[in-house]
Amino acid sequence: MDLQIFALLAQDGITNGAVYALLALALVLVFAVTRVIWVPSGEFLAYGTLTLAGLQLGKASGIAGMLAVMAVVAALMEVAKAIRQRETRHLARSLAWWAGAPLAIAGTLHLVAPMQPPFVVQILLTLTAVTALGPLFYRIAYQPIAEASVLVLLIVSVALHFALLGLGLWFFGAEGSRTPPFTSASYEWGGIRVSGQSLLVVATSLALIVALALFFNRTLYGRALRATAVNRVGARLAGISPTFAGTLTFTLGALVCAFCGVLIGPITTVYYDSGFLVSLKGFVAAIIGGLASYPIAAAGALLVGLLEAFSSYWASAFKEVIVFTLIIPVLLWRSLTTHHHEDEE
Amino acid sequence: MTVDALLEVRDVSVRYGKVEAVHRVSLAAGEGRIVTVIGPNGAGKTTLLAAIMGLLPSHGDIRYRGESLMTLSVEERVARGLVLVPEKRELFASMTVADNLELGAFARRRDGDAATRRTLDEVYHRFPRLLERRAQLAGTLSGGERQMLALGRALMGRPKLLMLDEPSLGLAPLVVREIFSIIVGLRQAGVSILLVEQNARAALQVSDEGFVLETGDLVLSGPSAELAANPRVAATYLGQGAQ
Repeated sequence: MDLQIFALLAQDGITNGAVYALLALALVLVFAVTRVIWVPSGEFLAYGTLTLAGLQLGKASGIAGMLAVMAVVAALMEVAKAIRQRETRHLARSLAWWAGAPLAIAGTLHLVAPMQPPFVVQILLTLTAVTALGPLFYRIAYQPIAEASVLVLLIVSVALHFALLGLGLWFFGAEGSRTPPFTSASYEWGGIRVSGQSLLVVATSLALIVALALFFNRTLYGRALRATAVNRVGARLAGISPTFAGTLTFTLGALVCAFCGVLIGPITTVYYDSGFLVSLKGFVAAIIGGLASYPIAAAGALLVGLLEAFSSYWASAFKEVIVFTLIIPVLLWRSLTTHHHEDEE
Repeated sequence: MTVDALLEVRDVSVRYGKVEAVHRVSLAAGEGRIVTVIGPNGAGKTTLLAAIMGLLPSHGDIRYRGESLMTLSVEERVARGLVLVPEKRELFASMTVADNLELGAFARRRDGDAATRRTLDEVYHRFPRLLERRAQLAGTLSGGERQMLALGRALMGRPKLLMLDEPSLGLAPLVVREIFSIIVGLRQAGVSILLVEQNARAALQVSDEGFVLETGDLVLSGPSAELAANPRVAATYLGQGAQ
């Protein structure tokens, strides 16, 4: 292998690693706050790419339809809850939140999509629409069983993963999509070519990671999410509602996944079922961080990205095998070094 | 039971599966008073507080300032000024003392930063140790400091009724005295207190009224001075005249 190929592979690995790092971050966040192992995160990623690809063609019916259906279901659940608790004071507000907002986003998509707005607007619309799905899925699938065991939450996640696959096929179709590159620029440094696209992906990933770090360390809501992750009972006693924390967490998680979907769009062709494999790699990174540490998870993501890139050169047929085999020594190492402690619940 | 009680607990029962941990307990806590519930280990004292706070489902009626709490969540009760300092403290161990305190004011976030700042100054004034330790992680504090932080975090929520579960548990005698003097100081600052204690002597000394809970049943109640003089209470909980 000469330096040229090495640089190319490293570049590939780092670019993919940046996306895996974002995914790992979302997975760690969602697990720490809500104890949900978020299997369907990959579908959110795929929806991100496919929605943007649809908007390129002036279509947004898939995601808009999905938002509308979810909004109606969430609204019905809110009404049922109000009737059950004989408590209608907050109903207007929660209906505005759970049905009004997503329907408004769906309506905007429906109206704006055929106008073929500029690329930046399309990206913003994509992020808004896919992000809105996050809290809706939390409201419908996880909030009613928020106190259930990790296993039950995992089973629901797996079910949701298959449901979202089906819905993805229905709403977006079976064809794969690729979005145009953000930039076609490329730079030369000492004979090594670096694509602007790669630089952009790494830079925006880093920017989002820094923004999230600032959010968790500097803002009251960010600290409230950390507090919920550290001590659920303590957080409730301080007046931090687990429902609020869960909703905010899934909003952030969906935003990060949608962002990944947009970033990955120009790099690879995405089908309705492509997300799972990508999110599994993010999951490997998250496991390296013990589903708890963000910096270790990010480092793990970089390792996964590089390993994937170099194994695709030396043993491309075994690329996925090598990446996923990584989890075995990691689990072995973790089980030997971490002391077992009982679930806090 | 007084009409203007801040908190009224009426016929409240709590079950864990088939076991009834609290059986039809009624008690009231008046505004500006310290009310204590004493009783042996396993009498249901902590369970009763958890039910009042909404952490456990219960039967009966719990009213706070005349409003029934039964359909309200824990967070809604906190927002109304009902704050619990649990026996296990439940601090955010991997966060700093300052972060813990700031999060205690989460339910009061709409009152603005200036109000939170003022409350924080008051808390630091009351617990100078917390000011010294403000950049330290809560998990690295000593037992007494943890209890102070738990109290401080609760005060950040500007409670009207503060419920304390075994605040003296596991603390050195000197620290216990400090904690109890702080409790008396809080009452003077207008906070009503519901105190659950195994340390019956100290609890009856600082409180106005007392209730004795045994295996889930309320067996005695009355002004604290009378309870302290009651031969049965003295024998069982104060270790006097056992012969």
